[in-house]
Amino acid sequence: MDLTYTEEEEDFRARLREWLSGTLPALPPKPAATDWPGRRVYDTGWQRRLHDAGYGDVHWGASPTTRLIFLEETEKAGAPYVGANFVGLLHAGPTIAAEGTDAQKERWLQPVLRGDEVWCQGFSEPDAGSDLAALRTRARREGDHYVVSGSKIWTSHAEVADWCELLVRTDPDAPKHRGITWLAMPMDAPGITVRPLRTLAGSTEFAEMFLDDVRIPVGNRVGEENDGWRVTMVTLSFERGTAFVGEVVACRRVLGELAAHARKSGRWDDAVLRRELALLNAEFSALWRLTQWNVSEAQATGGVPGVGGSVFKLRYSHARQKLFDTAADVLGPAALDAGQEWTFDRLSSLSYTIAAGTSQIQRNIVAERILGLPKGGR
Amino acid sequence: MHFQLTEEQRALRTGIRELLDGRFGRDALRAAVDRPGELDRDLWAELAGAGLFGLCLPEDAGGVGLGLPEAVVVFEELGRALVPGPLVATFLAAGEVPGAVTGETVVTCPYGALLPWADAADVVRGDVAGALATESVDPLTPLHRVPAEAPVPQEATLLYAAEQLGSAGRTLEMAVGHARQREQFGQPIGAFQAVKHLCADLLVRVEVARAAVYAAAVTRDPVEVAAARLLADEAAVRGARDCLQVHGGMGFTWEADVHLHLKRAWVRAGLAGSPRDAEEVLAAAL
Ligand SMILES: Cc1cc2nc3c(=O)[nH]c(=O)nc-3n(C[C@H](O)[C@H](O)[C@H](O)COP(=O)(O)OP(=O)(O)OC[C@H]3O[C@@H](n4cnc5c(N)ncnc54)[C@H](O)[C@@H]3O)c2cc1C
Repeated sequence: MDLTYTEEEEDFRARLREWLSGTLPALPPKPAATDWPGRRVYDTGWQRRLHDAGYGDVHWGASPTTRLIFLEETEKAGAPYVGANFVGLLHAGPTIAAEGTDAQKERWLQPVLRGDEVWCQGFSEPDAGSDLAALRTRARREGDHYVVSGSKIWTSHAEVADWCELLVRTDPDAPKHRGITWLAMPMDAPGITVRPLRTLAGSTEFAEMFLDDVRIPVGNRVGEENDGWRVTMVTLSFERGTAFVGEVVACRRVLGELAAHARKSGRWDDAVLRRELALLNAEFSALWRLTQWNVSEAQATGGVPGVGGSVFKLRYSHARQKLFDTAADVLGPAALDAGQEWTFDRLSSLSYTIAAGTSQIQRNIVAERILGLPKGGR
Repeated sequence: MHFQLTEEQRALRTGIRELLDGRFGRDALRAAVDRPGELDRDLWAELAGAGLFGLCLPEDAGGVGLGLPEAVVVFEELGRALVPGPLVATFLAAGEVPGAVTGETVVTCPYGALLPWADAADVVRGDVAGALATESVDPLTPLHRVPAEAPVPQEATLLYAAEQLGSAGRTLEMAVGHARQREQFGQPIGAFQAVKHLCADLLVRVEVARAAVYAAAVTRDPVEVAAARLLADEAAVRGARDCLQVHGGMGFTWEADVHLHLKRAWVRAGLAGSPRDAEEVLAAAL
């Protein structure tokens, strides 16, 4: 058990720190959390800077430890997070890198890394959420195109995306996991209607998508026809395995800010509140160590993160909600001001136990795939 | 950074687990329950012979020369098997009290307001004036109450946390084993989601506690020790309770081992220092 970093890793950290301290002051002001067109410009601009400085591919090109250091340092320095580039950098990109042809890698990876193109994820449908494999959006083959009709829902950043990782049903007669195909859909293709949905936090971060005879070249298919479920599992393991790591560092920062706020306002004298903050400190300190444990394991076994990501995601999503509930306790009446940053975060945190697989689904995964309990009997 | 067990640490874990499986399995555990207050001196000598008490002592002092992470790995196994006796106190006395390393001298001392195994021990350290015997909730840990609050060294807190972790891991295994094998409504109860989710949460608490305990053993940082302690207590106490729930009526019997884990988890939490103090350490660090 070793928690020290190699000389090479420490060098990477030092260079990154120096670069961040030179770069961050020159960034334009952050757009409002609800302004997605503004955030697209801001987030892709940041990705461009990372790319030009040689850090563009850190999310999937670098070793897990290097990536961990990157997330730790950028978050500590208050740098922007992946934001609108989330899907491209954290799941479509890694999926194409793992499953795509050389031509596909050539076409799609660089633009994501340069911050030129933004992706969204068209998996969920109105009648297929937790039961994702029940999806019904149809794709029929016409020559060298798929013609797609159906609808998608909860598609994050659809409004500002250039590409969509889309799941379609190519064989309606096959068992439901077998007839699915993974396609890259250009968001400017005719027949796509995006209707933004307002979240409970007031922002329009996701949307409904209506697809009406959208023509997608067969060359945009990643993996074989009807083999999309397997490809999807690769995508989801990236989503659950590593997508929240940087946020743990952010939560630890918020915790420190909460304590400072409480000390200033006098709330600190409340032993119950102090206890809440103490337990959160224990929680996030352990979640960080668990991250290092998982990363070390991934580094040793190489490649795609395992179901351990579900363990992390389960605990983290609840801890995040507790954190911002406690923030409301620290703020007192000010917590009811919707313009307060922590209030917005508190509202946003409500999605964490739902998005990327609900807590109930994660528990099923842990129980069945890690503990080997039988399926069924629901 | 390679935050995983090394080959040597894994071998150490396997070694002690095999020793305990053979020497302190279910029958021995239940026999000990039937002889409360009696310490198995032969087992104690065997543990000493395997190097337990001298694990962290330098080799020229008759020890094995390993570190706190290795001690934590070993105490996790001791906690898993519910080995009785003043293990932590004797371990920490090795090198100071003659005969502790070799197992000839059993040492205890008070932690907080509690003194375990006072009658069975050869040496009682610390201020125990006015100690009063209590009827211990844990049949495998006789207790006295002492009027003067005794300090709890950081290593003791961490070793108890390691034992809690082992106990939590064991109750997880027991719960999952039972959920696979017990049938109701024509299928294993583990197929029911309400049961499945209890088991999943058990695992999550174990994994989080393990990361915290191991990290604290590596860094020895007082804030991390406090965190490890609280998370390991939670994993052990909640783990035993949820394991009991999964066992249904059987779990509520003296015959099942679940209550032994729960009661020992309570006692360890009582011996590891005040949880309020740990919380204040964590709060002050913010
Ligand atoms: C902020 C946000 C962003 C999102 N972004 C995207 C995106 O970009 N792309 C995309 O494709 N999707 C996205 N989603 C969708 C998300 O993946 C789904 O909401 C999620 O998988 C749950 O599906 P559902 O909403 O249909 O709920 P349902 O599946 O209808 O679930 C409703 C309730 O029933 C429970 N439930 C369902 N099945 C079971 C079961 N087998 N056992 C126990 N309980 C069960 C659930 O846990 C939940 O409590 C996003 C969601 C949110 C909230």
